[in-house]
Amino acid sequence: MIIGERKSLEEIRKMIGGYKRVLVVGCGTCVTVCLAGGEKEVATLSSALRMAAKKDGDGLEISEATIERQCDIEFIEELREKVEQVDAALSMGCGAGVQTIAETFSEIPVYPALNTRFIGRTEEQGVWTERCAACGDCILHVTGGICPIARCSKSLLNGPCGGSKDGKCEINPDVACAWQLIYDRLKALDQLDKLEEIVPVKDWSVSRDGGPRKLIREDVRL
Amino acid sequence: MPEDKNRFSPKIAAFCCFHSAYLAADSAGAMRKSYSDGVYIIRVPCAGKVEGLHILQAFEKGADGVLILACPQESCHYISGNIRAKKRVDYILRFLEEIGIEPERLKLFNLASNQAPRFVQVVNEMAERIKDLGPSPIKAGVIGR
Repeated sequence: MIIGERKSLEEIRKMIGGYKRVLVVGCGTCVTVCLAGGEKEVATLSSALRMAAKKDGDGLEISEATIERQCDIEFIEELREKVEQVDAALSMGCGAGVQTIAETFSEIPVYPALNTRFIGRTEEQGVWTERCAACGDCILHVTGGICPIARCSKSLLNGPCGGSKDGKCEINPDVACAWQLIYDRLKALDQLDKLEEIVPVKDWSVSRDGGPRKLIREDVRL
Repeated sequence: MPEDKNRFSPKIAAFCCFHSAYLAADSAGAMRKSYSDGVYIIRVPCAGKVEGLHILQAFEKGADGVLILACPQESCHYISGNIRAKKRVDYILRFLEEIGIEPERLKLFNLASNQAPRFVQVVNEMAERIKDLGPSPIKAGVIGR
């Protein structure tokens, strides 16, 4: 899922400063699961914003809404009635959610309340780690299910660098060396021979190299 | 102008764990021990049930202070609810700071069910602290002017 983290209240207040009626929009998908922008977080941020405004004597009216997914226009449409009654919207979704709301409702400014951090997984409650860099050309089948693009600090494709020590990365002793993990995993699977295969150069044109990406599937288009 | 300290009666929302502080408060009543008026006891099944949103909403609805009264360390009925409560209070303290609410207005204490006198002491001391601070800046809406 996409992992997000709330911006500081100071930064958020600066963004919405000057607006009298603001809609705080949560997203019921990834950011709900990572406890950054779901219904509960919307209520918490709204309460904090109301109090901060009251403290400073600002007349701020906050309304709240949480939709299933901010990156799907069919759910965004549910917001229309509420959007018509505000001066600005504050999205607690990921960057895709913020932009989808902004594209749908061009009459009001839409601001991000979160920093979209990475694609990752929950290690334990309250701990999330990066797992995928969305490079567009998955090689997990040759690396034992461990991604060197996302998890090696240098995104190396041909083994560990000199900074690998005792299975840890030189950037931080808490960070595992992805290539050590790959080696250990392939050894356990008795697939170390995979590391000796000559593989073609990775196709980076499907990553960010080709500009903003677009995927079209004619078979499912209406 | 701040209200006269002697006239100001702070409103304190006290989230009391049913297995400890709530029983202590009940005993304090049975023992006819008086404590500061304006203390609103909210019974919760465990201090770990109190979420950050509950604390913020207490302030938003007019509390001058909020108390979280949890079981003593190592004695939580649900093993670690009191530890979770402490972590949540620490998180919300940072949030309160961002909002501009003094951190002294939110306190967590651990006390056992048989500590009625300590319950009285804790709420009275909290009331005194809040009296010194004055009404909540949210209620007054004057800070920064």
